[in-house]
Amino acid sequence: MDAPLLCMENITKQFPGVKALDDVNLTVYPGTIHALVGENGAGKSTLMNILSGTYSHGSYDGRILFNGEECRFHRIKDSEKKGIVIIHQELALNPYMSIGENMFLGNECGNAFRIDWNETYKRARGFLDIVGLSESPHTLVQDIGVGKQQLVEIVKALAKNVKLLILDEPTASLNEDDSQNLLKLLLKFKNEGMTCILISHKLKEVEQVADKITIIRDGAVIETMTKNEDEIDEYRIARGMVGRELSDYYPKREKREPGEICLETKNWTVYHPLYRHLKINDNVNFNIRRGEVVGIGGLMGAGRTELAMSIFGKSYGTEISGELWINGKHVNLKSVKDAIDHKLAYVTEDRKALGLVLSNEIRPNITLANTKRVTSRGFHLDRDMERNVATDFSKRFGVRSTGIEQLVGNLSGGNQQKVLLAKWMFAEPDILILDEPTRGIDVGAKYEIYTLVNDLIAQGKSVLMISSEMPELLGVCDRIYVMNEGRMVGELTREEATQEKIMMMILQSSTRD
Amino acid sequence: MAKTAKNILSRYALLLVLLFTMMVFQILLPDGVSLFSPHNLNNLIVQNSYVLILATGMMLCIVAGGHIDLAVGSIVILVGAFAGILIVNMGINPYIAILMCLGIGLLLGAWQGFWIAYVGIPSFIVTLAGMLTFRGIALILMGARNIGPFPVEYRNLFNSFLPAHWLNAPDNDTVFVSTLIVGIVLSVVILIVKFISYFQRKRKGYDVDHIVTEMMYPIIICAAIIFLFHQLGRHNGMPAVLLLIGIIFMIYSYFTQNTIWGRHLYAMGGNDKAARLSGINTKRILFFAYANNGLLASVAALVVVARFNQASTQAGMGFELDAIAACFIGGASAYGGTGKISGVVIGAIFMGVLNMGMSLLGADMNLQRVINGLVLLAAVTFDIVSKKRKGSVA
Repeated sequence: MDAPLLCMENITKQFPGVKALDDVNLTVYPGTIHALVGENGAGKSTLMNILSGTYSHGSYDGRILFNGEECRFHRIKDSEKKGIVIIHQELALNPYMSIGENMFLGNECGNAFRIDWNETYKRARGFLDIVGLSESPHTLVQDIGVGKQQLVEIVKALAKNVKLLILDEPTASLNEDDSQNLLKLLLKFKNEGMTCILISHKLKEVEQVADKITIIRDGAVIETMTKNEDEIDEYRIARGMVGRELSDYYPKREKREPGEICLETKNWTVYHPLYRHLKINDNVNFNIRRGEVVGIGGLMGAGRTELAMSIFGKSYGTEISGELWINGKHVNLKSVKDAIDHKLAYVTEDRKALGLVLSNEIRPNITLANTKRVTSRGFHLDRDMERNVATDFSKRFGVRSTGIEQLVGNLSGGNQQKVLLAKWMFAEPDILILDEPTRGIDVGAKYEIYTLVNDLIAQGKSVLMISSEMPELLGVCDRIYVMNEGRMVGELTREEATQEKIMMMILQSSTRD
Repeated sequence: MAKTAKNILSRYALLLVLLFTMMVFQILLPDGVSLFSPHNLNNLIVQNSYVLILATGMMLCIVAGGHIDLAVGSIVILVGAFAGILIVNMGINPYIAILMCLGIGLLLGAWQGFWIAYVGIPSFIVTLAGMLTFRGIALILMGARNIGPFPVEYRNLFNSFLPAHWLNAPDNDTVFVSTLIVGIVLSVVILIVKFISYFQRKRKGYDVDHIVTEMMYPIIICAAIIFLFHQLGRHNGMPAVLLLIGIIFMIYSYFTQNTIWGRHLYAMGGNDKAARLSGINTKRILFFAYANNGLLASVAALVVVARFNQASTQAGMGFELDAIAACFIGGASAYGGTGKISGVVIGAIFMGVLNMGMSLLGADMNLQRVINGLVLLAAVTFDIVSKKRKGSVA
């Protein structure tokens, strides 16, 4: 075997009060895809931040060898000079700049006093061709989809003459097609000699492309597996990550006869709030029965989140028409407060931007959607009562924290998601809309959330689940609607649903390019 | 114990800095001159009362999302002009005139709140416009001349001393003893309330800090109150405006910390979209914050005209900047979502001490400006840097 491209030796990183990494060793060989898997907060990102120089040399113990020479990075620029480029989960593109401008941001063609725009766009064109993007490099980034933006990030790395590419959850916000394209691209780069470190929660992808898989748990390396040498399967990885046997991905639920229809839309039509001619939801009809988990499948941009939000007190869209029926009554929900009063809850897909107040503690976040419940005389906050219920809810939902006075911004993704769920359960809804409830969280936390859904159903509540992960829909839902281009294009029962059928419905109904 | 000490340090950093600054001035000042002399303490309160009132209103706007109100100084002159016209020129009963002035302040605030909250114009623009418009209207109304003097009946409402005023021209000893008694009674009430709530919480099994940490703050405050009243007693007694400030402080502390609306204010400042998706009417709260700011600015205007005994064409100049500075020095975040009324009080006192200390030292007015500017920058820097350090555990 070749000499390793990268050796990270005995890396230990201490945060105030927490040991984030404990004597971690990582060896990456050239021309391979090395996957890094682990729960949220296991230390993957910390390790990569050390490698990229985000945490400067001296703030950690241990050493880094790249191409056999010891590196002491003090800032990201230092590691980029060596050809180590990291692409973060949250894309760092400027939406108001063109693809070409973004591509060479901080790495401009020409000199400090004169940017060579001709050269910029010429080189941009070349790089775009490599990844198979047909867009003009003059196109603004805000005008292309997330999948393409992810490719622009990769091209940006290529333009920096990358030798080691680190991708942090590159497919987290991509749909099935875009994800597959991205993975194929990575394999192509690998064959051309590039080295990749891939951080991912999606074990299927990891199995598909990785040559080596390193599992990290609680700041330590559990094991490193090599393709074709070790027997690799999802269950072994999952076991390594959470340190316990996962008997079943999806907890069993007792079969119940669904009750009356509790929520229904008739000819629900919604237009885009800015581009008012754009129809986002087109004559949508669907219903949920009491005690039922109903899924909505579809690709990113199908209009599912918009449907949920427009129902939830018109939080999205303009010129909303159609009828909404709750418990057999025709209702008009004018505001979010109206929706909450009608026992509806919407748990957003974007917990950081739309769900939680990150600068507040766990306690006020949990009570936020129904603050009245912890007041006397309708306005006076009973702080002791609030403390009690917050402690109770955060225990019940298994939030791991230093206490209810910890800032939500300092929690890991999975724990933030649990706080968000606790918050909406505190609002005492009968119908819960869960929008991508398990996005970006680890296997253990996912299981806990599925269990929670089952508990809700056992209490006679109903759940509408929007998810881009088809296995999740198949594993959890009683009934699945398929949405595409703003329309409902199919409905399947749990028994008849398969991934292939859902995909076919989407493909056959696609009209736009 | 080391942990307790660290806890105290981080929780009361602002207060400690204030105490430290007072010490430094005390050492620098020549013998016989003291920040804490009865006369100077009285002036400190009277001269800075308007900043405190304005900063309390400003704080709500800042907490609601980092919004500022540049127009409060102009509201002060405009409401002052109305007060002058109504009371001096038209001879309307002062109490009715006061109510009318408060109504006008509320309207001016609501006007700005409407554009900011419901139309969505950036607060900087709206209040800049207000700053120009209101001052312009005021000067037109006044015909560019000061209006005064105000009747004694009106001035006494804000300028008199308690309990000296109540006791009707008593000798100095009576003033001293009765003022001191007021201070002691106040302190005892505060301490008893704190003690009872501490033991209640402990008994119910809630999380409580060590008793030293919990009681430290109230004890310091009460000591300061008794000292303050002791000194004020040696002057003329408690200034009426201190009572006004105390009432405003209590109302707004309660509002921000113990009501649903206060909670919603902090939530929308931290994350406006999340607050809206939690069923909070964020527009209404922002509108309210500005309307309230107008109301408090009109209270400040009434205090100012009573103090100067005229509605002046120069009134309110630069007041908005003093108020904003007091908020930020008092620990409000420039992005919204954090900040307390108690912080505002310390911020305002801090600025007052700084100005008075430098004046007593004979420092040049312009040098005072330089120092004030640097202190503001340092306070906000401290806030942002300490937050970054806390946030590093991710």
